[in-house]
Amino acid sequence: MGTPALANEPLAVGTSVRIRTLMPPGHVRAPVYLRGKTGTIERAIAPFKNPEQLAYGLPAKEHMLYRVRFRAGDVWDKNAENPDDMIEAEIYAHWIEKMDQSHAA
Amino acid sequence: MPHDHHDHLSPSGHPYRADDDTPLSYWQTMEIAVRELLVEKDITTAEEINAQIDAMDARSPAIGAAVVARAWCDPEFKIRLLADASAASREMGFDIGPMHLIALENTADTHNIVVCTLCSCYPRNLLGLPPDWYKSRAYRSRTVKEPRKVLSEFGVTLPDRMRIRVHDSTADMRYVVIPMRPKGTEDLSQDALAALVTRDSMIGTGIATAPTA
Repeated sequence: MGTPALANEPLAVGTSVRIRTLMPPGHVRAPVYLRGKTGTIERAIAPFKNPEQLAYGLPAKEHMLYRVRFRAGDVWDKNAENPDDMIEAEIYAHWIEKMDQSHAA
Repeated sequence: MPHDHHDHLSPSGHPYRADDDTPLSYWQTMEIAVRELLVEKDITTAEEINAQIDAMDARSPAIGAAVVARAWCDPEFKIRLLADASAASREMGFDIGPMHLIALENTADTHNIVVCTLCSCYPRNLLGLPPDWYKSRAYRSRTVKEPRKVLSEFGVTLPDRMRIRVHDSTADMRYVVIPMRPKGTEDLSQDALAALVTRDSMIGTGIATAPTA
């Protein structure tokens, strides 16, 4: 499996993605329980200024904001109440890796 | 010092709330200093600040209920609401400020529920202030992991064949659930329908109330 690339290009609905596993301090909006998990793009919303910079009064770069859909079974494994339930969250582009196409579902 | 009651209840049966005799915190001091400076420098006035507090307190779930009831009655409006909930709410004359809103429709197959695991993001302009439990660590941490158990504690038990979509309000968007229209409401007016739309049904922890026979 190739190294996942950061998603710089616009991501289409249904694209398989993985949330990065970084652990930076600060006002980060990518929840820890979803880091390293794989899901699909539910919709692209719009570009927003990066809250990780905005929260500290720093010049903030715009990043595309996506809604990513995860299967409960992919997030909680055997502990999921019902593996086919869904969790959807807003994730900024700089937290999203595109999955290798040959391995995408 | 407050009188020391052994049972911590007032004669009328309410729990006592301790007097706030503690020193101001750093942030309370900061808030007062900034507010007083803004008034002194004529950037705002005490009247404007109080008017804004009144406007915030005046928001209630009735605004969201009116939007949901219209969506139940007007299929064209529902399409616009699902496409852009901010624009559709403004179209009804509601001042929702700069809020970016997404509407989520419950169906016979899918139940939507909203949580903010990171803090307490809530569509205040549409539903007023959030209930205390919405901000609790228990609701925030459990809803993404065991939504069916959380829902059952709210009195909502869903069959296994139904999918749950948990929406974690992690960033810039706010969410409102369009609950299913209760059966037997075909003859009700839009206003009467709005009275069936509870706050919890728009968070997803409840369903719309059945009409009284």
